[in-house]
Amino acid sequence: MNNRASSFWHNFKNSKYLYLMSLPFVAWVFVFSYLPLWGWTMAFQKFKPAKSFFEQDWVGFYYFKELFHDDMFFQVLRNTLAMSVMGLIAGFTIPIVFAILLNELRQQVFKRFVQTISYLPHFVSWIVAAGIITKMLSTDNGAVNELLLGLHIINEPIQFMAKGNLFWSIVTASDVWKETGWNTIIYLAAIAGIGPELYEAARVDGASRLQQVWHITLPGIRSTIIILIIISIGHLISIGFEKQFLLGNNLVRDYSQTLDLYALNYGLGTGRYSFGTVINIFNSLVSVLLLFTANGIFKKITKESII
Amino acid sequence: MRARLLTSSGTPWSDRIFDVVVYVAVILVTIVTLYPFLNVLALSLNDSTDSVRGGITIFPREFTLKNYSTIFAFSGLITGLKISILRTIVGTLLGLLSASMLAFTLSRVDFQGRKFVSTFLALTMYVSGGLIPFYVLIKDLHMMGTFAVYVLPGLVSAFNVFVIRSFIDGIPYALQESAKLDGANDFTIYWRVILPLTKPALATIALFLAVGQWNSWFDTYLYNGSKDHLTTLQYELMKVIQSTTTNADNFRGRNMIEVMAQISPESVKMAITIIVTVPILIVYPFLQRYFVKGMTLGAVKS
Repeated sequence: MNNRASSFWHNFKNSKYLYLMSLPFVAWVFVFSYLPLWGWTMAFQKFKPAKSFFEQDWVGFYYFKELFHDDMFFQVLRNTLAMSVMGLIAGFTIPIVFAILLNELRQQVFKRFVQTISYLPHFVSWIVAAGIITKMLSTDNGAVNELLLGLHIINEPIQFMAKGNLFWSIVTASDVWKETGWNTIIYLAAIAGIGPELYEAARVDGASRLQQVWHITLPGIRSTIIILIIISIGHLISIGFEKQFLLGNNLVRDYSQTLDLYALNYGLGTGRYSFGTVINIFNSLVSVLLLFTANGIFKKITKESII
Repeated sequence: MRARLLTSSGTPWSDRIFDVVVYVAVILVTIVTLYPFLNVLALSLNDSTDSVRGGITIFPREFTLKNYSTIFAFSGLITGLKISILRTIVGTLLGLLSASMLAFTLSRVDFQGRKFVSTFLALTMYVSGGLIPFYVLIKDLHMMGTFAVYVLPGLVSAFNVFVIRSFIDGIPYALQESAKLDGANDFTIYWRVILPLTKPALATIALFLAVGQWNSWFDTYLYNGSKDHLTTLQYELMKVIQSTTTNADNFRGRNMIEVMAQISPESVKMAITIIVTVPILIVYPFLQRYFVKGMTLGAVKS
């Protein structure tokens, strides 16, 4: 025992610079990532910002009950799930298809040009993106309306941003526009890892290009796809609020509020910290639950898992 | 094996059609991605009263720089630009320092605290307290209305640490040992040996940090919205964009109204959008090969 302790101190002295270079940041992480978890206690109190922790009134699950009796909550939950499921489906299939398309391009210079352009929207802020999207969809000279009018598909401009039932699709399409290029990077890397001899053999057997995609490329990136699906399902409910905040407006409020936006507006906005914290907790717990469920299901079906 | 129709060059017709479909699809995607940017650029360079007539696509019809000169006369924008540049520089440098130091210590197998620090960091990628507890924390730390709130809360990012760490793992340990024999301590090894060899990974992370800092607006909205001397460019852009869409209730910039009286709000939006976007356009193509590598590396490791 004594020996072990002294060897620890010996080692500690030897690596004092390593401790000096990491412990301050560990303290940092503790303050900004772990201390907020302590804030979860607010959910069980009638939290008043002016009072100290020991002076708060404890109310148990009062705010949880209030949340589950709130009609607005179920509307918000519906919006969150609708947009996240739509985002999950589109955000999965489209980058995979695009990666395969890019991989089939023969001219390397053209391929690199397309890739460079496809990454561009990922790097602009959602504010810029929302501004551009609003402009494209606007009724006065917006590109989408002009195109539809020009093709005689519609007779008068559609007020895209004012229609609640279009909001989910607009958010999903915006996300696809912004992130498809970026999300292909991982799939392109996975495709690059497939051995060229497989394609060679398929060609000898007379497989067409489409058959090669179906029988070699897709199975080749299967495990990458599954791992990314599991991770995304874990994030299913925490889709944030940035897009919805920036693309939404009062006219589409019934369709645009997500859980986080709800916590922001009805928690912070009105000073109901406890109620807002309950929403945050609900969000986190469901995320973890979804992650484990998805992981479990995929483990059974496909023998792939991340945990 | 059934016979196939071949073209004159010997490729089957089905493959030829496949090629055509691929190229058409890719070109369409490229146009859809790029056109909105070019359209906004053209509108920002076009006379604002002329733009209202419509029909501007990717070239300005009546070229002018007036939209830009007008909005630069607005002082809020200059302040926003200064704060945005400052937070990008400070945030990137501090973020690089923290990520590389942690990555270096985590790469050292002889470091006892390695496992603990690594788990402690990794957990932050899965658990978070949420918006409101975080807001209360910032308030309790008296960071509301300060510049520090832009840089300090997000200082350490586990993802960045792990990307750099996997890069350092690829550097032969013998280099560190020989430096040690020459009498270098661990800090000197980090500074003189590891940092110079980690440049590609650092460049990738620097890009992520810089873009993140440049693009963020929510911290301004939440903590510094009423502090005119601390608002960022993105926040100013948000005010303008939100003000002329349907919810005018978010609108707070008084001076902006005077500016917009002179030219159409559309042109103001377009010009600010371009100003906010240009720095990214300049930087990211140069760093592309780094971040593609970095992303791939991160994906494989995690």
